[in-house]
Amino acid sequence: MGKHEIEVTINGKVYQEEVEPRMLLSDFVRDVCGLTGTHVGCEHGVCGACTINVNGSAVRSCLMFAIQADGQQVQTVEGLTSNHELTDLQKNFIECHGLQCGFCTAGILMSTEDYLEKNPNPSSKEIKEMLSGHLCRCTGYDGIVKAIEKTIEERNQSVLS
Amino acid sequence: MKPPKFEYYKPATLEEALNLLEEAGDDGKIIAGGQSLVPIMNMRLASPKCLIDINGLEELSYIKNEDNTLKIGTLTRQSDVEQSEMVANVCGLLAEAITQIGHVQTRNRGTIGGSIVHADPSAELPLALLTLNGSVQITSKDEVRTVAAEDFFITYLTTDIMPTEVLTEVTIPLMEEKSGYSFQEVARRHGDFALVAAACHMTVDDEGIITAVRLALGGVEAIPLLIGDAEDILTGEQLSDLLMEQVTESVEMESDPESDLHASSEYRMHLAKVLTKRVLTQAYERARG
Repeated sequence: MGKHEIEVTINGKVYQEEVEPRMLLSDFVRDVCGLTGTHVGCEHGVCGACTINVNGSAVRSCLMFAIQADGQQVQTVEGLTSNHELTDLQKNFIECHGLQCGFCTAGILMSTEDYLEKNPNPSSKEIKEMLSGHLCRCTGYDGIVKAIEKTIEERNQSVLS
Repeated sequence: MKPPKFEYYKPATLEEALNLLEEAGDDGKIIAGGQSLVPIMNMRLASPKCLIDINGLEELSYIKNEDNTLKIGTLTRQSDVEQSEMVANVCGLLAEAITQIGHVQTRNRGTIGGSIVHADPSAELPLALLTLNGSVQITSKDEVRTVAAEDFFITYLTTDIMPTEVLTEVTIPLMEEKSGYSFQEVARRHGDFALVAAACHMTVDDEGIITAVRLALGGVEAIPLLIGDAEDILTGEQLSDLLMEQVTESVEMESDPESDLHASSEYRMHLAKVLTKRVLTQAYERARG
């Protein structure tokens, strides 16, 4: 039951660490790498707060062991931009009241970016289905849906122009 | 909510995985997507001493249509099947069932084989597999065997698979005739396990006479339940309210749902009958085109 050495690339930076097999990826990201933007809620895959991007897909980091991310590419909310400015989606979350306490926000941003990359023009129903994988106790989701829809609209306009 | 200690192995080939599984004996457990296993480990409902991670076995991830049979490798992610145009074209029931499993984020990681071997009585994939008369390929060091869905599920979370075996492929026979399907469920929240789920696949001729039908329910028994009488009642007939009523009477006789925190036995039975009518109606309409 010894430790294993793993190498995980998170937001472009390589982390070489020794971990016990049972260490969850969510704990690795937060406690070992210090990237506390990823939040941990239920730890059994229901709340969605810990959602991060692993090899191009939004997944629950509490349902993966860190050792399973060995050699993989990971993106967390800290890696959405490299210049410390907010993304268009993040700005719209502020503008449309898509968050209050912010606990669920990082996970929702990671899911949304992955979802929009694969489905650039989802319907409101599809957005809500995607959001069903996240629990938000503050907003009632209305502001979140609006923020996502505004972002889609703006991105479509910038493609046209 | 942290999992207990375990040893971890990541085999590079299926052969290596099978060797590890045999060495580990009852202590060994395969992990694929981990979307059912890791939650129960986090809650310490399961504490396997040795995890064998098959995520490196790329050769177990594929979707093929061969000889009019849909073949899906066990490690194929649920979202890959969901996004497959080929699956949507040749096996609409499976495509429809998959959208109702968990959430986008869990389907990105959850696998086809994993959900089937986990065998939750209200899970979508076991029900879809049974309705579509599918089967699974099971591999051990000594043999490769095929088991029909009807024989594979034994009771709650228990299947015909032995500790030294791995489910390697899921196969579904495809129909050439005009066919229709429906998969519907009722859950408290979107993405939750269904209280009751129903699935139907049927073929009809040009006059609207049903030539074959399979109807199955999830969440009403310890395993997905095929309503065998539906075939006898409906084959050779056009769908009517009277016949649907007869089918729901069979549903009442053949199933005995349990009560739990989420729903009473009576409510589950009510849902089973309502969903039975809904899936029969939708499958028939789709089959008639």
